[in-house]
Amino acid sequence: MKPPPFDYRRPATLGEALGLLAEAGSGGKVLAGGQSLIPLLNMRLAAPARVVDVNRVPGLDGIEAGPSGVRVGALARHAAVERSPGAAAAQPLLRQALRLVAHPVIRNRGTVVGSLVHADPAAEMPAVLALLGGSVRLASRGGEREVPAAAFFTGPMESAVRPGELAVSAFFPALPARSGTAFHEVARRHGDYAVAGVAAAVTLDEDLRIAAARVACVSVGPVPVVADVTAACGPRPAASVAWDAVAAAVRDLVEPEGDIHATADYRRHLTGVLAVRALRDAASAAHGEES
Amino acid sequence: MNETHHHVTLTVNGVVREATVPGRRLLSDCLRHDLGLTGTHVGCEHGVCGACTVLLDGEPVRSCLTFAVTVDGQEITTVEGLARDGALSPVQRAFTECHALQCGFCTPGFLCTVTAFLRDNPAPTEEEALEAVAGNLCRCTGYQNILKAVHRAAQMQATQIQAEEGGA
Repeated sequence: MKPPPFDYRRPATLGEALGLLAEAGSGGKVLAGGQSLIPLLNMRLAAPARVVDVNRVPGLDGIEAGPSGVRVGALARHAAVERSPGAAAAQPLLRQALRLVAHPVIRNRGTVVGSLVHADPAAEMPAVLALLGGSVRLASRGGEREVPAAAFFTGPMESAVRPGELAVSAFFPALPARSGTAFHEVARRHGDYAVAGVAAAVTLDEDLRIAAARVACVSVGPVPVVADVTAACGPRPAASVAWDAVAAAVRDLVEPEGDIHATADYRRHLTGVLAVRALRDAASAAHGEES
Repeated sequence: MNETHHHVTLTVNGVVREATVPGRRLLSDCLRHDLGLTGTHVGCEHGVCGACTVLLDGEPVRSCLTFAVTVDGQEITTVEGLARDGALSPVQRAFTECHALQCGFCTPGFLCTVTAFLRDNPAPTEEEALEAVAGNLCRCTGYQNILKAVHRAAQMQATQIQAEEGGA
């Protein structure tokens, strides 16, 4: 189908964009990559009164990588972040997860910040932000605020972005030394949303025992489900962890729902299996960093 | 609602084209209806099938998930722009040779996707070629001949480049 009519605006500055969004209130919608919004419009699941196209707003496409982490601007495409050597060095989980986001052609246009604001509980980027304890910077005519991931995802397809606000960037923190990450998921078809998926981050101590282990699970709750599994994993070297017990602990933490793609039990089972795979890979990556 | 129309200028296949479109006009519809370039096909209209894939400033994108106004001033290459001087491109010839199309509906999207893919990765592995076409749906061929065509096109391009370098 075709999108419903809307008042299309293409601001040339951030100030102009924020003014247009403030004026439109809850009828305003931001267009960046459009890879989530335009399908919703085409299927007439969304009918905003005004679409504010921020593609010509300068200064929003930055990817700033440093020792503390990576700040990704609202117009940074998935593909650009995926290819950025600086981003991969500062936070390897970004590239690991981006390779699982839809197909390369979608990633050429879609944006990382757009994925966060869309807040699909089956999507990879929200899980990455939640796992790392990152944040999203929201600008409005009244000023800026930085919302931590834990408060940003409020429900399925719902985020803390208020009418009149524009998500201008997101920050993905780096991990301490001797840390590793991994992302594993199972999808019905390559590039589809995951039936279940797990992002993991592991930090080793000086004796290479697991000192911290966290997972973020997708498609098993209204928002990414973050769990600290340090107690189940450590402090032991990865080779001597009771991984079956870790899988059981993760299975107990999630409350998946069944649908046409998978039953709740199957999702729960997959989440346990994928959590162990991701945690073991993350621990090896942390080892690799050490040697 | 009285819709506001916007004037857009696109460089399509090297030719500057102009159109006056409402904000909601999809790039796919702008190409087909406003500019008469019906080579770009529209399948699912929500980004799943890949039939509408075109090159935007050289990068493959879904034209059904892009508004024409958003890409005002940018360069578009459609399937009509792949042949040069009346001769099919290596990717197009490989598709013909390998019988990589049957009904042909999905083919324009595959051709654009594969053209950009081989430009960035001239000698892909089996796995990489599979990943490259995984975002395009074909309901006739079963994909095996499309994969053969990707590798055949890579060979043809390599030979062509060798010949050009040898001749220079």
